[in-house]
Amino acid sequence: MAAPLHKVRSLRGLGGTLVALLILLPVLFGLGHSVMAGFGHLPVLGVKGPSLSPWQTLLAQPGLWRSVILSLWTGMAATVLSLILAFGAIAALQGHAPRLRRVLAPLLAVPHAALAIGLAFVIAPSGWIARLLAPALDWSRPPDVATLGDPWGLALILGLILKETPFLIAILLAASSQIPLRAQMAAARALGYGRAAVWLWLLVPQLVRLIRLPVLVVLAFSVSVVDMALILGPSNPPTLSVTVSRLFTDPDLHAMLPASAGALMQLGLTALAAAILWAAMRLAGWCGRAILRRGARWQGLDRALAAPVAMLALLLVLAGLAAVTLAVWSIAFSWRWPDLWPDRLSLATWQRQSAWLPAAQTALWIALAATAIAMLLAVLWLEGSDRADRPGLQGWMRAAVALPLVLPQLSILIGLSGLLLRADLSPMAAVIWGHVLFVFPYLVIALAGAWAALDPQLTRTAASLGVGPWGRLWRVKLPVLIAPLSLAAALGFAVSIAQYLPTLFLGGGRVATLTTEAVALSSGSDRRVAAVHATLQAGLPWLIYLAALILPAFLHRDRRALKGEPG
Amino acid sequence: MKPLLSALALGLSLTPALAEDWQQVLDQARGQTVYFHAWGGDQRTNDFIASVGDRLQDDHDVTLRHVRLADTADAVARVLAERAAGRDSGGSVDLIWLNGPNFLAMKEQDLLHGPFVADLPNARYLDLTEGSANTADFTVPVEGLESPWRLARFVFTYDSARIAAPPADMAGMVDWAAANPGRVTHPDPANFMGTTFLKQALIELAPAGTDLSLPPDDDSFAAATAPLWEWYDALRPHLWRDGLSFPENESIQQQLLNDGEVDLGMSFDPASAAAAIADGLLPDTVRVHVPAAGSIGNVSFVAIPANASNIAGAKVLANALLDPETQARMQNIDNLGAFSVLDPARLDDAATAAFAALPTVPALPSLQDLGPVLAEPHPGWATRLTDAWQRRYTR
Repeated sequence: MAAPLHKVRSLRGLGGTLVALLILLPVLFGLGHSVMAGFGHLPVLGVKGPSLSPWQTLLAQPGLWRSVILSLWTGMAATVLSLILAFGAIAALQGHAPRLRRVLAPLLAVPHAALAIGLAFVIAPSGWIARLLAPALDWSRPPDVATLGDPWGLALILGLILKETPFLIAILLAASSQIPLRAQMAAARALGYGRAAVWLWLLVPQLVRLIRLPVLVVLAFSVSVVDMALILGPSNPPTLSVTVSRLFTDPDLHAMLPASAGALMQLGLTALAAAILWAAMRLAGWCGRAILRRGARWQGLDRALAAPVAMLALLLVLAGLAAVTLAVWSIAFSWRWPDLWPDRLSLATWQRQSAWLPAAQTALWIALAATAIAMLLAVLWLEGSDRADRPGLQGWMRAAVALPLVLPQLSILIGLSGLLLRADLSPMAAVIWGHVLFVFPYLVIALAGAWAALDPQLTRTAASLGVGPWGRLWRVKLPVLIAPLSLAAALGFAVSIAQYLPTLFLGGGRVATLTTEAVALSSGSDRRVAAVHATLQAGLPWLIYLAALILPAFLHRDRRALKGEPG
Repeated sequence: MKPLLSALALGLSLTPALAEDWQQVLDQARGQTVYFHAWGGDQRTNDFIASVGDRLQDDHDVTLRHVRLADTADAVARVLAERAAGRDSGGSVDLIWLNGPNFLAMKEQDLLHGPFVADLPNARYLDLTEGSANTADFTVPVEGLESPWRLARFVFTYDSARIAAPPADMAGMVDWAAANPGRVTHPDPANFMGTTFLKQALIELAPAGTDLSLPPDDDSFAAATAPLWEWYDALRPHLWRDGLSFPENESIQQQLLNDGEVDLGMSFDPASAAAAIADGLLPDTVRVHVPAAGSIGNVSFVAIPANASNIAGAKVLANALLDPETQARMQNIDNLGAFSVLDPARLDDAATAAFAALPTVPALPSLQDLGPVLAEPHPGWATRLTDAWQRRYTR
């Protein structure tokens, strides 16, 4: 076994080195740049530190503390509500996992910006819902009610929930295949516990442990989101992330110093949010155990499971309306209050292909390349770990995966673009690399569970039949894992399509994708051309998801257990 | 007469050399791809830039790539980030559409190439005499570092089917907004259009004798803006969303006007209403309104970053934007409708006739309708207005 052991080490070592060089170190260098600038050291502007003046400038920003509280509140509310909804939904619909996954996949694939643009029209005071109500309520003009950009950030929270709930449900579905869910449920039911109670006492605590990182990612993203906050969030003041990104793009170049301090503050805020969430979960666990010890069976709680199902249905309707809105706006000529339908339809925007085709092509190639590279890295690492008989998501790799997702993008990107310029990389290559940074972690998170849950009997049997390590990978593992692999690839594709800041900054503005165009156009006055971009932005990942669902089902049409439909 | 003579003499002595140099620029530019970083929020402007690109390709074998910015400061930050990395040439930005604060920032940081404007053959159609609108950008001396390409005038838009024309002066806006609660708003002053709204009011309301062309200090700012804040405190409670939140920019406000959520829009392009109507983006009853005393006007420029990769190509593009044929096409409401920067007195007969033959529509004001141009205050006023507004009204 001596020679194979040597090879085993090198594969894991190769994967680890690549990940460290391509992802971990650049992120740390980028962060380092932000730390230096945040403490007043930016030699190119003739500013030498250390000094606290960037922080003083930052704290003097009007409404800053309100921005901070807004970010914390919207991010935490969205995360907690999404988490509760996701648990409620899979508790109620566990038996319908395949259908649930199929219903949620399109929503999972829709980029945040596209969903926000669509949702904004649905819930706006002059939007679809208001137009539906107008005749009954005798509104001759749209009501002056802040259903969008409200000071409490409720519209932003709604938008985030719409995106994060399906993500968490998908993660939970994957995680719940790792625990003996059916057996535990059967045993607990036999002891007289209600279905909901079994989830609360038995399954949720196990699953929470498995999905800690994804929850943290959702939390970090929600606390620091920029694009959705711009479209749906309050404006006076906006959330901290928007304030920081505005500082960064301020024409006064010295504003980069307080922006870097703001990026660090954003990081601290994310840590604070995580600490609060952790404490709340500990408290909930403690309360839960106290109740459990009293032996209550809580069968009546089962009826409450209807609530998350109803909420989920409502969210799906909203998301559906948002998607339809985008499609209709893309073919509208004019569509004014109080019309429920455009008074004139036109394909003019679609026919002007020069307006959207190049961006669509660029986005497609970047997403395919970034996903392929990230997939290669992820499989290399997970397989290497498998052969070394060590878990994939462990130690520093956990950090490598978490860092790009937990750090606010802005705080690392200015440093990264500085590093890249010295490397003299072409803008396209830089953007693809930037996307890999954020695609790879999602792929590893999505795949690590599946890899760990793989029945070792399969590879052992193959090995006993004389199949070598590469043969076991190609002929046993990858085919068996085709369902999680294709879903992960679709997720990676969707993540890449949605990237805004990495495309803009690392591409130096030279690389225009559907997302950069959609965001630029969403600050314009033509909802139609923004809708064309958003429709494509949502449609491309959706098609890929469809393929990811169909492919395993087709390849394994005669192998029920391999269709990616647990249970 | 003497300046004219010396200019003529200078012109005569320079012309052959200039032509030769320009041929060199054209030769260098051939085959280059120019990355033009320009705000991409207006489809008609995007289409017009694309059409300029087509001509550039045909006439000079120069490819134009329009990098559509959500905010011009993105390009400024980009150039700075490149310099931060020691990239003094081969930069990613070749030409930027900018003015005012962004120009000042780049000029002060020494990020611009030039002076280059006087070298452009089509600069002969420009009024570049001292004190003309083309030589000062928000009172900051241009010094040949940026080339003009379109005129901007601050105007209001309103739906004449829904309301009568807005008040003739900014002071009257308080009563008007009170009579139409929740129907009036302005873009967030973090955006230049929101700042311009405040500047327009400042010019009208500042105490007599205030010189806004000088950089403000704490005292002069406090004295000049006292009546402004008094006016704004009276106005704000009647605004859309109780004056607690504001549209991000004028395009979003135009969308609100189209949606019927507000009754007032504003623009830096007098042709934008007519263009938006033709494009289905506003009801065809929308009209343009200018305060009786006139409104703020300025010139949009293009500038070349010092580290641009394709300086020759950028110059060819800047020159193409000043071509009388291009400028007439730009001013044509069927294409873009933006007013030309060329001096009518310097045009030849064919160009004059081309401008005279441009079509007109009801929502398009003539230059006469727009009244007098009010000069932009020094950029320091805009910065301070934004800061002061945020301190006062952002909780």
